[in-house]
Amino acid sequence: MNIKKMYSKSEAVAGGGTSGAGTETPKGNRAGTSKPMKNPFQSMTWQKAAWIISLLILFAVPILVSKNSTLFMLTNIFIWAVFAMSYNLLLGYTGIISFGHAMFFGIGAYCFALMARHIPQGELGFLFAFGLTVVICFLLSLVVGLLSLRLRDTFYALITLAVATIFVIIAEQWRTMTMGNDGFNFTAMLSRDLFGFIDLLDRQHVYYIALIFLVSMFVVLKRFIDSPVGRTLQAIRDNEDRVSSLGFAVLNYKLISNIIAGVMAGLAGVVYAISIRFVSPDSVLGVENTIDVLLMTVIGGVGTMLGPIIGAGVVEVSSHYLMGLSHIHPIFERWVILFGIVFILIILFFPAGIVGTINQKLRGKKKEGAS
Amino acid sequence: MDTSASVKSTDSLQGDERNSERNKIIETVKLTKSFGGHTAVSDVSLSIFDKELKSIIGPNGAGKTTFFNLLSGQMKPTSGEIFYKGNEIQNLPPHKRTKLGIGRSFQITNVFPTLTVLENVRLAVQAKHNIHYSMFRHYKYYKHLEEEAYQSLEKVKLEPKAEHLASSLAHGEKRKLEIAILLSLDTQLLLLDEPTAGMSVDEVPQIIEVIESIRDQRDRTIILIEHKIDLVKHLSDTIAVLFHGKKLADGSPEEIMNNDQVQSAYLGGLYNDAED
Ligand SMILES: Nc1ncnc2c1ncn2[C@@H]1O[C@H](COP(=O)(O)OP(=O)(O)OP(=O)(O)O)[C@@H](O)[C@H]1O
Ligand SMILES: [Mg+2]
Repeated sequence: MNIKKMYSKSEAVAGGGTSGAGTETPKGNRAGTSKPMKNPFQSMTWQKAAWIISLLILFAVPILVSKNSTLFMLTNIFIWAVFAMSYNLLLGYTGIISFGHAMFFGIGAYCFALMARHIPQGELGFLFAFGLTVVICFLLSLVVGLLSLRLRDTFYALITLAVATIFVIIAEQWRTMTMGNDGFNFTAMLSRDLFGFIDLLDRQHVYYIALIFLVSMFVVLKRFIDSPVGRTLQAIRDNEDRVSSLGFAVLNYKLISNIIAGVMAGLAGVVYAISIRFVSPDSVLGVENTIDVLLMTVIGGVGTMLGPIIGAGVVEVSSHYLMGLSHIHPIFERWVILFGIVFILIILFFPAGIVGTINQKLRGKKKEGAS
Repeated sequence: MDTSASVKSTDSLQGDERNSERNKIIETVKLTKSFGGHTAVSDVSLSIFDKELKSIIGPNGAGKTTFFNLLSGQMKPTSGEIFYKGNEIQNLPPHKRTKLGIGRSFQITNVFPTLTVLENVRLAVQAKHNIHYSMFRHYKYYKHLEEEAYQSLEKVKLEPKAEHLASSLAHGEKRKLEIAILLSLDTQLLLLDEPTAGMSVDEVPQIIEVIESIRDQRDRTIILIEHKIDLVKHLSDTIAVLFHGKKLADGSPEEIMNNDQVQSAYLGGLYNDAED
């Protein structure tokens, strides 16, 4: 039968279309014309090459760039990118808004900071911080999800905000443990020969930790998004009631999404603490951090794989330079306000974000080329 | 018109004979649903027998869709019971009822707009095959899912649009997608809520053909809500009439067409509507 033939043809096209960015792009017109696709954006090799070159450049950066401040900024972009990716799993792929996602990030950061302070042996504290973060974030996201996800989505937003606020208060009040609002620095406690080859005070080393962390989280998330569960989540985002009428227990899927997002944000928090060597309620736990990842996700492109990474880059770099302009006018110190304006403009004019808009443009071209 | 209600049908599935031979697949007992002061479904006791095609007719606002919402679990009844294969199900959530074998399509198109047509159907096939918590395999690993989804799309002649986003479909095509999704669930009981509403004249026969072929296989049960009376007469084994939320009549097509109450309450007016 020719269905089979058409089917296998579309497979090839679909393979080319399954890029890192944007998973929901239609892959050309299966039964339309059978013209060969000449668009280079669709060829597998072009894409693979782009990925490999980007990765090579990123891995070569510490060799080419010696300025620590640049490495530091890139490192933080990678970490915030993972944090934003985890947020995007909720917002972009599941369709739920959290106002308390920073609690996981903060928990991870505090876990590492407290371990660094209290467990002198580097390796043990290091591994313990990661393990503890995973356990706490897993349980917390499970409980918060069970409490709120069976209700309306707005309820989830409010519950997460409330629980996150509780964690901020704990961090502020439990002074003996956390040094309260001031937070604490633990640079002196960081190991210089972790596992015999990692120097946590060397910006290059931390850069590589963050880059490898980003790449591995990207691969894990991409895999998850393309799994049957991930596909179901995207359907839940579109039309939750219909998913349940297909026979899926929607609550369980939302819980899975919530747990993966929570654990991923927690891990990002650990790596962030390694990078900035300082924690305080404001810098890692406060609701501003959630707003930041929300911004990054929306600016970069909700529901795309690359969006949060691009968004993290844009927000980090521009906030850095905007703050540098504060001697010209104090408004620049309040760069969040400026971002608020940018945010509104983006929602009005580019609701798909940077990556989403590019995807749409490519898709438009593809359609033209096919017909 | 002939008004004698005693005309005996020649169809083997009609009359008392059927009642004694066949099992009830789903049965409602005094089913009631109220919205505030308004009772949309009122005291409806209805039995649907295994492998039959039962139509539910009634004027706009009669409570037909609400009745479906109660059967499939989108709404909880205010009072009354629903038995599916003898078990009480009125308190089960929708996904559990689907797993038991109650599938439905929606009157108001209810698809996944940002997913492709194929993906819309593939998800239903995935649900049917109980692939639920697989997180570490690529969805394309389950190749047969896409193939099956593709077959469902072929049944409703929608396969040329497989890779289009569902939001880009024309209205009639969305209605077909709705049906393809239901077919893919492969359930024992199919609830079809005005499947041909809003379709163009050349699309309607395609869908009727699909419904007919399922009926003719006689391996599953169909409950059909439909306004097109000719179609209902032609397809149905039995017809129930809802009017103001109440069951007005229930019987063979001949019995219903010749029922005075039905005539005056509904059919007379509707025939006129349907003519234009
Ligand atoms: N969710 C709801 N809340 C309040 N009232 C509702 C709701 N759903 C239905 N109704 C009311 O219940 C009555 C029955 O509606 P229903 O949709 O079941 O009618 P129907 O027989 O399917 O009509 P149609 O032929 O137009 O589809 C109507 O008066 C409707 O306004
Ligand atoms: Mg209706």
